[in-house]
Amino acid sequence: MKLFLLTLLNGLTLAALYFLVASGFTLVFGLMRNVNLAHGSLYLLGAYIGYDVADFSGSWFLGVAAGFVSMAAAGLLLQVLVFRHMEGQDLRQTLVTIGISIVLADLMLAIWGGTTYQFEPPEWLYGATRMPLVRAYPTYRLALLGTAVVIGIALWLFLNRTRVGMMIRAGVDDREMLSATGINVHLVFAITFAIGAGLAGFAGVVGGTALSIAPGEDVRYLLASLVVVIVGGMGSVAGAAIGALLIGLAEQFGLAYSPTYGVVYTFLIMVLVLAVRPQGIMGKKA
Amino acid sequence: MNPVRAGVQGKTTAVGVYPGYAVLLILLLAYPWVASGFWTVQVGAYSLILGIISLSLMFLAGYGGVVSLAQLTIAGCAGYMLAIHGVNSAGLGLGWPWWAAVPMAIVIATLMATLIGLISVRTEGIYTIMITLAIAVAFFYFTRQNYTVFNGFTGFAGVEPPPLFGINWRDAMPFYYLCLTVAVLCYSLVLYLGRSNFGIAMQAIRDNPRRMSTLGFSVNTHRVLAYTIAGFVAALGGVLSVWFNGRISPGSISTGPVIDILIIAVVGGLSRPIGPFLGALVFVLLENFAIDLIDRDRFNTVIGVAFLAMVLFSPDGLLGLWEKLKPRLVPRREGSAGT
Repeated sequence: MKLFLLTLLNGLTLAALYFLVASGFTLVFGLMRNVNLAHGSLYLLGAYIGYDVADFSGSWFLGVAAGFVSMAAAGLLLQVLVFRHMEGQDLRQTLVTIGISIVLADLMLAIWGGTTYQFEPPEWLYGATRMPLVRAYPTYRLALLGTAVVIGIALWLFLNRTRVGMMIRAGVDDREMLSATGINVHLVFAITFAIGAGLAGFAGVVGGTALSIAPGEDVRYLLASLVVVIVGGMGSVAGAAIGALLIGLAEQFGLAYSPTYGVVYTFLIMVLVLAVRPQGIMGKKA
Repeated sequence: MNPVRAGVQGKTTAVGVYPGYAVLLILLLAYPWVASGFWTVQVGAYSLILGIISLSLMFLAGYGGVVSLAQLTIAGCAGYMLAIHGVNSAGLGLGWPWWAAVPMAIVIATLMATLIGLISVRTEGIYTIMITLAIAVAFFYFTRQNYTVFNGFTGFAGVEPPPLFGINWRDAMPFYYLCLTVAVLCYSLVLYLGRSNFGIAMQAIRDNPRRMSTLGFSVNTHRVLAYTIAGFVAALGGVLSVWFNGRISPGSISTGPVIDILIIAVVGGLSRPIGPFLGALVFVLLENFAIDLIDRDRFNTVIGVAFLAMVLFSPDGLLGLWEKLKPRLVPRREGSAGT
């Protein structure tokens, strides 16, 4: 029973992390049809930059902010300098993001080396919280869970209650019509890409604190984002939440109860969803 | 939809092309007699193997418009199956003789390719890239975690080609000729299929799936069959690859090598079967000699930038560059212009 509850909590926190990474991915994809395969690299780069800032300033929160802001800026640059010039060419954009991720991964290895970094979150987030049934659980992970819920609600409010959010949703549905109504689509694209990339950087610092940061994490979170949005439905933030929950729980329960076949569950969920609902659980028909 | 579309259709009148093939074949056959062991195996055979695996991607992407990132995974599956069914130094294999283990490996890998096809035909375009990449990465993590079948992190070592007809196939020259034979067969197969009814239907589906479906062609059946054929080619490459390396481990099928295959195919050009081999040669040369230009550790930056430059400036890779340069270099002959 205790193992079950602990696994459940672990699965939930992992799902929270996956949601943070995948929501940016799905947002960018939904609006721009851009499969950003460099999303994992943005996660890792944000984590490294956040680590350096936190290490230099001594403030973990500055690190988190740096992770978000630096990657948002990087996303903005990518959109303005590269993707804007190849709109509508899905395959080419995807190939470009692959190229970028290769170069970034190699440069990060050159700068930060192969060592594993560990963040030091503030005192009050460190340690354990007493809980019924499982006795104690790391405070930080509970905070991570809370953060993901807050970010999720904030994203939902942003998309559904603000003017820019309305533009983004309109862009997801029909790009041409949006631009025909006199809205600067490029600006909307740039904002979306910045938010998506920023969320990846944010997740990098927050997730890097919960686990650790090391080379190879970029691929791991890229895979997670891919599977989460394939399962949840591309372009839907709610879908990302559902997908993240399914995948996070499947991964942790797989790890706890049948270690060598853990990945298979993730894979099976993906295949099952594709077989029944190719567009994903919350996805719209293309 | 993609840069792949140009080419392919033209170039079917082969009469004018044969002398070129003959010269190329003679050069390839004579190559190991003038080259050292390193150049024969590490450059020659290795390029051919990477070329075969990339050729399977070219077949899918060039003729079918389906970009799959799981081709190396299929090759890796063949390699693993060969190691598991055959003989390896870990003492974990079933110890089957090669004439049973090799076909078994190829059949299983081809079945896996069909399965991947069945899963991913439910998606299109960039979605296919995402699904196949997810499958490739999942298989990598699976082999790394699984010790009961795939021997986890260490994988298998000591997988060698069998001695046959008194020849040691691990020697430079026999191994090179083995790779060359398989490469020529695969190349001819892809070329032949590209001109067959099936290949023409594939290309039509690539250009307009809806119209073909209205005409009564089953789009999905064609695509799955294309996956199967490409899987067979990739499996052959995988068997050669495991013999070349002598070992297979999760590292051989991780994201890096998976993406390398895509890079090779795109850099070489996806419009004709020769493209992947060109790309593989350039890739292997860069891999071996980029050390002299810059730090060995930064090889990925070099190859990544080369790939980016290719995608940004020449959508059809080296073949595209050649098509652009040809009119300037070669005086125009009547009817020789391909596309």
